[in-house]
Amino acid sequence: MREYIDGSTAIVRGALDAGCTFFAGYPITPASGILMAMMRELPKVGGVAIQGEDEIASIGMCIGATLAGSRAMTATSGPGISLYSENIGLAVMGEVPLVIVDVQRLGPSTGGATTVSQGDVQFVRWGTGGGFPIIALAPSTVTESYWLTAKAFDLAERFRCPVFVVTDKELATTLTTVDLESYPTIQVRDREVGSGGPPYRYAPADEVAPLHEFGRGATVRFTGSTHDTGGYITKHLPTVDALNRHLSEKIEDHRDEIELADADLEDGAPTLVIGYGVTGGAVRAAVAEARRRGIRVSGLVVQSLWPIPETVIRRAMEGVDRVVVPELNLGLYRREVERIAAGRSVVGVNRVDGELIDVDQIVEAVT
Amino acid sequence: MTVDITPLRRYRNETPYPFCPGCGHGSILDKLSEALATIDIDPASVVVVSDIGCAGLSDQYFDTSAFHGLHGRSITYATGVKLARPELTVIVIMGDGGTGIGGTHLINAARRNVGITVLVFNNLNFGMTGGQHSTTTPDGAVTATTPGGNLEHPLDICATVGVNGAGYVYRGTSFDDDLSTRIVEAIRHPGFALLDIWELCTAYFVPANKFTRRGLESTIERLGLATGVLYQHDVAEYATAYRAASRDLPSRMRPVGIPTTHPSPLTDTTSLVVAGSAGAKVRSAARLVGEAAIRSGLWATQRDDYPVTVKTGHSLSEVVLGPRPAAPVGVTVPDVAVVVSADGLRKVQPMLAAMGLNGVVFTIPEFADVVTGARLVVIDPTASPVRIPKAQLALVLLTAAVARLGLFPVEAMTEAAAAGAFAEENLAAIEAGRGL
Ligand SMILES: Cc1ncc(C[n+]2csc(CCOP(=O)(O)OP(=O)(O)O)c2C)c(N)n1
Ligand code: SF4
Ligand SMILES: [Mg+2]
Repeated sequence: MREYIDGSTAIVRGALDAGCTFFAGYPITPASGILMAMMRELPKVGGVAIQGEDEIASIGMCIGATLAGSRAMTATSGPGISLYSENIGLAVMGEVPLVIVDVQRLGPSTGGATTVSQGDVQFVRWGTGGGFPIIALAPSTVTESYWLTAKAFDLAERFRCPVFVVTDKELATTLTTVDLESYPTIQVRDREVGSGGPPYRYAPADEVAPLHEFGRGATVRFTGSTHDTGGYITKHLPTVDALNRHLSEKIEDHRDEIELADADLEDGAPTLVIGYGVTGGAVRAAVAEARRRGIRVSGLVVQSLWPIPETVIRRAMEGVDRVVVPELNLGLYRREVERIAAGRSVVGVNRVDGELIDVDQIVEAVT
Repeated sequence: MTVDITPLRRYRNETPYPFCPGCGHGSILDKLSEALATIDIDPASVVVVSDIGCAGLSDQYFDTSAFHGLHGRSITYATGVKLARPELTVIVIMGDGGTGIGGTHLINAARRNVGITVLVFNNLNFGMTGGQHSTTTPDGAVTATTPGGNLEHPLDICATVGVNGAGYVYRGTSFDDDLSTRIVEAIRHPGFALLDIWELCTAYFVPANKFTRRGLESTIERLGLATGVLYQHDVAEYATAYRAASRDLPSRMRPVGIPTTHPSPLTDTTSLVVAGSAGAKVRSAARLVGEAAIRSGLWATQRDDYPVTVKTGHSLSEVVLGPRPAAPVGVTVPDVAVVVSADGLRKVQPMLAAMGLNGVVFTIPEFADVVTGARLVVIDPTASPVRIPKAQLALVLLTAAVARLGLFPVEAMTEAAAAGAFAEENLAAIEAGRGL
């Protein structure tokens, strides 16, 4: 059987199936659908959902709840991510598993509340101070909205860090026909919970210590300040160094566990189209159309935006001399692709008038 | 005879406080330690949530669980902890600085009556950052940022949370003999409890204002602020109330499958745009078309465009139907357009003009002169034997379009409507539409 479903609903279902037990959010178009569904659904499964007094409170409550044993998610759009900024840093520093959904709308500022955009791709990457790695997944279909949300919960536990699900107004609100059989089952790992002893560990630098939760028998110290493994504030140089390297290496050294992309490569094709998010749909359609016209072309829809999946992109670029990057901004991800493209020509197909990129626009850029 | 001797549990650790000599923070923390010993709860189930500033250093001198987060946001973390685990004892320690920057959290936690205890270490200025004025700095006081005397009126923290529902509110100073008793009361109170504890910042406020313990008391008096327990009443604790309200809810949502019950003759993708006014059921009518198409074995997508003010201006839905699954993409020139209002027409006029001979535009007599290259089908709703409400025009015309173009059987529309909300009125509209 098939269903008629939007991306928001798929995200909510993905979260529930992944074992989400806490949600806090503040209404904002086009992310409100997720808030309302979570307010309705979470109490039914014994979880808690609350509308915070603002976005700062919402993400703060999520972080507190996670430390008390919940699996938490919050959802907002660009203006709300701005208000999340400082707490994203807290979650990075305190190594808090947390899923943050960004339903992108046209910015900057209030921008176009009901207008699609992909303007936040660098913002989620660099949205807090300090310059540490961030994990961000970007679904390009409703089915992906479901399983990448579940995957985000899994990666959040694996790496003890905030994980973004970057979607947009169109994916979140467009109704799509989905075959009920097409949803893959994502194994979301159980939380490894530690008890007693220091709540943090920095050696080996790339390893992640189990999360110590409040109220499990032993006292637990949590802090957003630079801290030693016991959770006490420190300025001890080797400890500070070890902490900061750990925060980076636990993700950077394990990028292979995060890389996700949907590759449709054609042997000997001189052109590769790289897209992500809602534009991924147009990329797939354009590749099919170009091939129908006899043009040899490869397509790559990136699903793990950050860290950028360099290995898959490099592989897809083999033998290619031209890379086309369509996106609903003025080339924010293209510059990342250029860095990897090493001399190949990289062209953008960009749209910032609030409409989706046309399949024909991409086909034209490919020919 | 055997006697069980339970050693007194320890809450304060051995590390000496880092505060300046005479700073009030240490005395309040001693009282907190005394209060916890009186209550005698497991230190692991006590979570001290500290804010930022000198007051924010406090948690490190306790052997309880601790959460040290961002400036002004301690109440939000405490709320999250309490909502997730109502059985934990959650104590917030924040300065007057934190109270100012996080004022909205203070008010809202009080309003909700989340069962946390907030100790405000109110030393009338920002200690850690160098003695700048805070929201509680008395008028006239000299600080690093009010060299000529503070021109702002000080915030009455107690009244603010009190009038907004807080279960327990107390004002006093770090010198009060009964402070630990009051802290015990506050922790034992099931709802939101706050103690506004005035104290001395010996590094800044004291030297800048020749301030003393007596000065603290006389300032409270001069400002006309009451002291002691100011509010104390029974309230429903939020986390507990939430759980009670969550009992007996139906089970969570699951996918709702739509059965395939009809065939469709469609072999190519067909795009259909319906343009009407916001609030006039354009989106829900379009959704019924999609559901009916799925019942007919097709794959549908629906994209909507509308202004933020949902009940005024245009409402546009693009429905794409096809025999194969397809990702939603923008529709520049649709195959079929259905125009039911002037708002909608304004929005799609360029689209209609760009449509060619293969396209079809369905509209009402009012817009019979619309400029389009497509075939125009004018449907007169007044020709219907039943009166058609304005809000059903979209569904009526969509049904007419489906029937006349033979996209799929109208019975599929009937089934979709019967299975959904507002079945009766939608079925009536579909009946009217197929008859026109
Ligand atoms: C967002 C943010 N802005 C500014 C600061 C800098 N800051 C550190 S402590 C402090 C004021 C603390 O004053 P208070 O809460 O009264 O605590 P006290 O030091 O007086 O105990 C400020 C503004 C910060 N840490 N975070
Ligand atoms: S600066 Fe003020 S608040 Fe901070 S420790 Fe010294 S006296 Fe206390
Ligand atoms: Mg202060």
